[in-house]
Amino acid sequence: MSDGTAGASGAGDSLRPADVETPLRRFVADFAESRLAVVGFALLSLIVLIAFFAPLIAPQNPYDLLEVNILDSMLPPGETGGAGYVHLLGTDDQGRDMLSAIFYGMRLSLTVGVTSALLSMAVGTTIGLVAAFAGGRVDSFVMRVVDIQISFPTILIALILLVALGRGVDRTILALVVIQWAYYARTVRGAAIVERGKEYMEAGLCLALPRYRLLFNHLLINCMPPLLVVFTVLIAQAVALEATLSFLGLGLPITQPSLGLLIANGYDYLLGGRYWISVFPGVALLLTLVSVNLVGDQLRDVFNPRLRR
Amino acid sequence: MPKGVTKITAFIIRRLLQTVVVLIVMAFGVFVSVYAIGDPVDMLIDPAATEAQRLEAMRNLGLDRPLWEQFARFIAGAAQGDLGQSFVYKIPAIELILLRLPATIELTVAALILAVGIGIPAGILAGLYPSAWFSRTIMSVSILGFSLPSFWIALMLIMIFAVALGWLPSTGRGDVVTVFGVDWSFLTIDGLRHLVLPALSLSLIPMALMIRMARAGMREVWLTEYVKFARAKGLSPIRVIGLHAFPNTLIPIITVLGLELGSLLAGSIVTEVVFAWPGIGRLVIQSIGVLDRPVIVAYMLITVSLFILINLVVDLLYAVIDPRVGYGDARK
Repeated sequence: MSDGTAGASGAGDSLRPADVETPLRRFVADFAESRLAVVGFALLSLIVLIAFFAPLIAPQNPYDLLEVNILDSMLPPGETGGAGYVHLLGTDDQGRDMLSAIFYGMRLSLTVGVTSALLSMAVGTTIGLVAAFAGGRVDSFVMRVVDIQISFPTILIALILLVALGRGVDRTILALVVIQWAYYARTVRGAAIVERGKEYMEAGLCLALPRYRLLFNHLLINCMPPLLVVFTVLIAQAVALEATLSFLGLGLPITQPSLGLLIANGYDYLLGGRYWISVFPGVALLLTLVSVNLVGDQLRDVFNPRLRR
Repeated sequence: MPKGVTKITAFIIRRLLQTVVVLIVMAFGVFVSVYAIGDPVDMLIDPAATEAQRLEAMRNLGLDRPLWEQFARFIAGAAQGDLGQSFVYKIPAIELILLRLPATIELTVAALILAVGIGIPAGILAGLYPSAWFSRTIMSVSILGFSLPSFWIALMLIMIFAVALGWLPSTGRGDVVTVFGVDWSFLTIDGLRHLVLPALSLSLIPMALMIRMARAGMREVWLTEYVKFARAKGLSPIRVIGLHAFPNTLIPIITVLGLELGSLLAGSIVTEVVFAWPGIGRLVIQSIGVLDRPVIVAYMLITVSLFILINLVVDLLYAVIDPRVGYGDARK
């Protein structure tokens, strides 16, 4: 019993610190209740680590022309290339190692997905909070716009925007933000309207706290659970949409191949039986989306008060 | 009663006004977005052309005019159904879209039929036996249908059924039959074989939706008194489901189906590109590649208008069918 570390609760010595149920511990325990969610979380962590350390762990830098040998092109999985190492997942038409290309592609896909999800969360949350607090005409106007925008197929909005903006990482992110802010605005507004009526907000109003403090330090914190769930769902949506757009040749430029572009690149060879150029990036995309969704589903259950025992 | 009627009228008028506003905003957005992109002259004219030839070509295409004038001409033209000539095909853009539209409609309708024909029975089964193994399988498939991008599913279908098994063709439309001047694939065996994979891949998202809705509806309605009574009377399960339970789950399903029709029109872009299906989605992606502005604009205006119109009709029908729907601002 290592003591003297905590004891901030001032509980008797029969209650060891490990037994105290902090919100974080309860959250972890609730989350771990589903095996599948834990597997999803582990997988997601692995994917994030791979994406982060891609330049360090990839067998080659697939975009360094000195490392790529055209003589190695289209090697099937498991073949040894000219550089003397085994290409576990084969090589593409230009002799790039697919494993390395996938690591770099994941890095790009996740960067675009997470950045656009974060940015649209910031934009959507602010608009949703303002709508909830302003009420009246502002509120109904903003929510009408949100309703109409959400009813439109995302691919159509993305198409109109990207035709105007052209290809590029920044433009794709911008298009995704324009598409996704509405979901955050709707979620936050719903939560904020419920929270606004609660006593702690009345107390804050009586204390004449500044508006921004009320909004961001008190109201927003209590709207976080549904926001987090929407965040995971929309990261998955952003990654999938970016892949789709890049596959169509509208998203990222050819010089920055995300998973979607890798799949599109391999598509030409799929019918000829060279499945690995397209299928392995596809599997990477699949694993990314499934793991994000598994984590998101479990988060929704954990945060759902109706499922609380 | 008169009060109710005025309420419906007010609802319809407000909904129509909203539709008009959305249409105008979208038309403006489409025009500005498409006309903000680079100079199509560079794409269409031989780089070796002289300056005089360039100017001549620009004058012919109307691109030398200021932006506001192009917009005014665009609006005036759009009102008369004239959105300019395709730079590439040299025929009116609207005509080009209308020529390709039947292929897209064929694909969309086939996908809807598959979604309903497979999704609803599967959803009913899953709703009746929520813990059976096949129900879990059905639900897993529906989750995958939601979370995977459709181009990925399409590629897998090609991989399995066209490359590995060789059962079905992977691209194109196959043999077509011309009826009333329009080509249709579904009337020939070869055309049907070409239709299966694209339609299946496009149908997965609405199918997943149908499964969920049918399942939720059945689970809800199965616990109601009138279903219990029908079962107690000793009616056969088929009769109970077909005559008593299922019809009462239909209102939300029909609504969602209507809305999905609009989404499928847009969603078919991806499917058409993967399967080289010669519809409007593939046309617009090709047109974006060569900056064929009139075609891009015509595609967007037509798709957006169709989508908005479908939504309007579904909304109005819904309000008429279901007496519980409020005509006021739902959010109070």
